[in-house]
Amino acid sequence: MNVATESSGGGEGLLEAPLIIEYAFNRTTGPVIGAFVTGLRERRVLGIRSADGRVVCPPVEYDPQTGAPLEEMVEVGTAGTVTSWSWVSQVRDGQPLQTPHALALIQLDGADTSMLHVIDADGPEAVSTGARVRIRWAEEPTGAITDIACFELDGGAS
Amino acid sequence: MRDVAIVSVAQSHHRRSAEELNEVEMIQPVIRAALDGVGASISDIDFTCSGSSDYLAGQAFSFVMTLDAVGAWPPIVESHVEMDGAWALYEAWLKIQTGAADTAFVYSYSKASPGDLPRVMSRMLDPYYAGPLWPDSVAYAGLQARAMLDAGVTTERQMAEVAHRNRESARTNPNAQVVGSPSVDELLAAPMLSDPLRVHDCPPISDGGVAVVLAAGDRAREWAERPAWIRGIDHRIDGHQIGARDLTTAPSVALAAQRAGVDGAFDVAEVHAPFSHQEQLVLDGLGVGNGVEVNPSGGALAANPMMAAGLIRLGEVATRIMDGSAGRGVAHATSGHLLQQNLVCVLEGGD
Repeated sequence: MNVATESSGGGEGLLEAPLIIEYAFNRTTGPVIGAFVTGLRERRVLGIRSADGRVVCPPVEYDPQTGAPLEEMVEVGTAGTVTSWSWVSQVRDGQPLQTPHALALIQLDGADTSMLHVIDADGPEAVSTGARVRIRWAEEPTGAITDIACFELDGGAS
Repeated sequence: MRDVAIVSVAQSHHRRSAEELNEVEMIQPVIRAALDGVGASISDIDFTCSGSSDYLAGQAFSFVMTLDAVGAWPPIVESHVEMDGAWALYEAWLKIQTGAADTAFVYSYSKASPGDLPRVMSRMLDPYYAGPLWPDSVAYAGLQARAMLDAGVTTERQMAEVAHRNRESARTNPNAQVVGSPSVDELLAAPMLSDPLRVHDCPPISDGGVAVVLAAGDRAREWAERPAWIRGIDHRIDGHQIGARDLTTAPSVALAAQRAGVDGAFDVAEVHAPFSHQEQLVLDGLGVGNGVEVNPSGGALAANPMMAAGLIRLGEVATRIMDGSAGRGVAHATSGHLLQQNLVCVLEGGD
């Protein structure tokens, strides 16, 4: 992150200096999160098989129950079912949609857990638990969760 | 195990914005009041531990400046957690258990008012899957409320009843920020803030802090007429990926309660449930049923200074034991989103 704040031009003779907030480090995403975000760049979604055979998506490096390392990546679907949702009426900077939308947990087909993302919808009355949704991909993928631009409702995209 | 007690508690009068005060100025009178409560000065304290957040202060190592409010010269033995002060108290309790200290001072505070708190809270999430979506903390909590509503674990009316009861209880709490409540029917007639949550389901944004003195054995008896003895304390955590959790239960509350020796025989329970739907989850996890007074202070729905609202729950129970109005109580603190991490403490009067 490297955010330079433009100086707004104070009065004559005032000293000014830019405020630069930066995170001057690169992080490696590792074999599991790395595989997931690389998959997104190719418009594929990967989960991981846990010790009890369930598919966790987005994938985690360690089994949520036992802590055992996990490694069997499993491709899941690009459509799924809403398992919970709330309505974001006041949109904030950085959120994937800059119009009111649903924040949601979505269980992709073939996965046993749910992914956090947003749904583009006209209003809260258009969204319900159990609704079917599908991925709308970002036009220019970068290898990040935001390669999923949002989800849209099946048969009723706004 | 050494017998350790809370022997003094002080807190600020919590409010929406203490804009004329910086953190040091806000917490200093609270620190002074807690020490004055036992007639002690910082030189009588073996170990000091605080809880606060750089993300709220907007500055790295912000807690170092707040040490000016304690007085760190001559040098003191000191530690800090980037967590609610209840976890600072846990660290101090452990320090006393090791024998390295007989007395400890614990405080925590925040000013949430300078920023956009629901947005700042999103920085607590993992940086790969959730953080880049910048989910605000209210909508995030709404996911848990919806899961509970869908499962029939609660209803919108029950949520409104929780909000109503807590804020009516706050009438007797001089430190509360939101005092009194419209009727449940009026609450339910209000529009949604972040469907399924209405304004009354959400905690207020608060500036404030709390300070507590701990002491072991005879020192506790010397400093307090009725020390509030810590009979059990434990904290546990659930997985951070909410999509892989059953949001209609709080297993780490139940586990911490079991490890802390919670048995249901309490006069009072103070639980840290910032959103109305969460109170039931915590009470179920604690196994606290009818006959126990719940949140006589009004809880986090009446005042929610980040980093302090959990330690305040321990302080509220301890205060009631020290003044003789309760014999035994349980206090709960939470950290993270959606009750992810939970601390449970059993407090008791007597010898």
